[in-house]
Amino acid sequence: MNHLISIEDLDREEIERIVAQAARFAEVSDREIKEVPALRGRTVLNLFYEASTRTRSSFELAAKRLSATVVNFAAGGSSVEKGESLKDTVLTLGAYKPDAIVLRTPWAGAAELVSKWCPAAIVNAGDGKHEHPTQALLDVYTLQKRLGGIDGASIWIVGDVAHSRVARSNIIAFQKLGARVTVAGPPTLIPRGIEALGCEVRFTLEELPKADVVYALRMQHERMNESFLPSLREYAAWYQINGRRLGPRQVLMHPGPVNRGVELSGEVVDSPQAVITAQVEAGVVVRMAVLYELLAGAREPLPDPTRPGRPGHPANPGQPGRQGQPDRPENVKQLA
Amino acid sequence: MDSSSNEKVVLRAEDVRRALVRVAHEIVERNPGPRAPVLIGIHRRGAFLAQRLQAQLEDLLDAEVPLGDLDIGFYRDDLQRRPDAPVVHASHIDFDVAGRTVVIVDDVLFTGRTVRAAIEALFDYGRPARVQLAVLADRGHRELPIRPDYVGKNLPTSRDEHVHVRMSELDGTDEVTIEAAPEGGAAVQTATVEAPA
Repeated sequence: MNHLISIEDLDREEIERIVAQAARFAEVSDREIKEVPALRGRTVLNLFYEASTRTRSSFELAAKRLSATVVNFAAGGSSVEKGESLKDTVLTLGAYKPDAIVLRTPWAGAAELVSKWCPAAIVNAGDGKHEHPTQALLDVYTLQKRLGGIDGASIWIVGDVAHSRVARSNIIAFQKLGARVTVAGPPTLIPRGIEALGCEVRFTLEELPKADVVYALRMQHERMNESFLPSLREYAAWYQINGRRLGPRQVLMHPGPVNRGVELSGEVVDSPQAVITAQVEAGVVVRMAVLYELLAGAREPLPDPTRPGRPGHPANPGQPGRQGQPDRPENVKQLA
Repeated sequence: MDSSSNEKVVLRAEDVRRALVRVAHEIVERNPGPRAPVLIGIHRRGAFLAQRLQAQLEDLLDAEVPLGDLDIGFYRDDLQRRPDAPVVHASHIDFDVAGRTVVIVDDVLFTGRTVRAAIEALFDYGRPARVQLAVLADRGHRELPIRPDYVGKNLPTSRDEHVHVRMSELDGTDEVTIEAAPEGGAAVQTATVEAPA
C-alpha cells in the first residue's frame, strides 16, 4: 500500500489486516509512556483545507504516538488565502520532505491528484463528496468490536447521503466485509443511481427495525447551497433517529459532530446503543495502523535492486506514475 | 513439521524441561529479596517460555509471580530498512514494573538486537529496579554489549546456521535444532529463527 486514497483500492483482506493491526495498537495508550518509536524520523504533514477537529487531531495524535514529527498546515491563515494553488502549495510543502501528507479538501479527487505531484504517501482525510477512507476503517473497527464481526449484518445508513463522503466510503467498506447495506433518507438527499454501489434504497424508515446497525449521517448544512428540504424540523419529523425509532438491540453510529435534535435526538446520543464515543477512540488507533502500514518499512529505494521504491518516485524514472501523467492546469478552482 | 535432513536436534523435550527447571532455580537464588521477580516474555516463543518459568517459580517461591509479554515490533532498529512493516502484536503488561526486578525471557539470544529493543520497550511501561535476561539458548555472535543472566544451553553455531526453537504450544513439540545453511542459499525459515533484528 503506497497511498490511502479510496476504500475501493483495498480488498477485504487488507481492510481486515489494518483493523486487526489497529486492535493491537490500542494497548499503547495504556502505557506510562504513550509513545512507541516505530516512525521516529518520519514526517507527517497535515494539510487541511476544511475545518476539522477530530480527524485532524486524531491524525496528529496517531502520528505522535508513533513518534513521527507532525507539521500542521491549515489553509485558513496561510498563503492559500492569498491565492496559492493546491499544486503550488503541495510543491512548496514538499520542500519539507514529508513522508506522508494527510489531506482534507472540499474537492473530490484532490487526494488522487496530489499523489501524482509529490513522492510522499498520501492519506485522504476527506475529499469533497468523494471519500473518507479512514472513517470507514474506524467504523469497521468499532463495529467488529461491538458485534464480533459484520458478515451478514444489516446496516442502514440514514440521512444526507448525497453530501456525504462518509456514506460513500462506508457503503463500499461494509459491503466488502459481507454486510448488507441500505441507504435511507429523503429522495432529494439520496443520489440517483446509488444502487450501483450494491446497496438498497428506502425513502422511509418503516423497515428500520430490521436493521442491526443504524448509521445516522450528519446533516451537512455547510455543503448545501440550494434547498433540499422544506425545513430541518420537517426532516427530523420523518428521519430523525430517536428513542421511538431505535430498538434496544440496535447499534447506533454517527461520524460526528452530531446535530442534536436534527438527525439524532438527544436521548439516543447518550443511549447504551450508541457507539459514537467508541468511534472517536477508534480514530486514533486506526490512523496509527494506517500511518504504520504506509510509513514503517523502507520507503526510499534501497541499494538492493530487488526492492524498488514506489512507482512514480523521482528516483525511479521509467516507472509509471508521476512521470506518466500529462501535465494539467493545476489551479485549485478547476478542482472544485 | 518437516524435519529436513540437515537439521540436528540439540535439545529434546526432556532437555528443554530440565533447562527451564535449572533456570528457575537460578532465578530464585539470584533474587533472594522479599518481592518475587516479574517475568516478561518476548513474543512469541519467549512468552510461552516465560509462562512455563512462571509455573516453576510460583512452585519454588510459593508466591505469585507476575507475568507479561512484550512485542518489540515498534522498537526494531531495522524498521526503516525492511521492505515491509512487520506485524506488531499487542503487548500485555498488566502490572506496574516500576521498582521491580524484571526478568526478560526469550528463546534464542543471537545478535542481542531483540533484547535491546525489549529493554527500550520495557522502560516505556515504567522504571524497573533491575533487568535480567533469561534465554533458552545462547548461540553467540553478539553485536551489542548484552549478556544473558540465565542460559538454558550454550549453542556454538556459525553465523549462517539457523537455530529453531519449537514449542508444543505452537509447534506441537518441544525441541531445539540447528539447521546447517544449505549450499548456495539461505536456510528456509520454518519456526522461529532469531532473525538479525
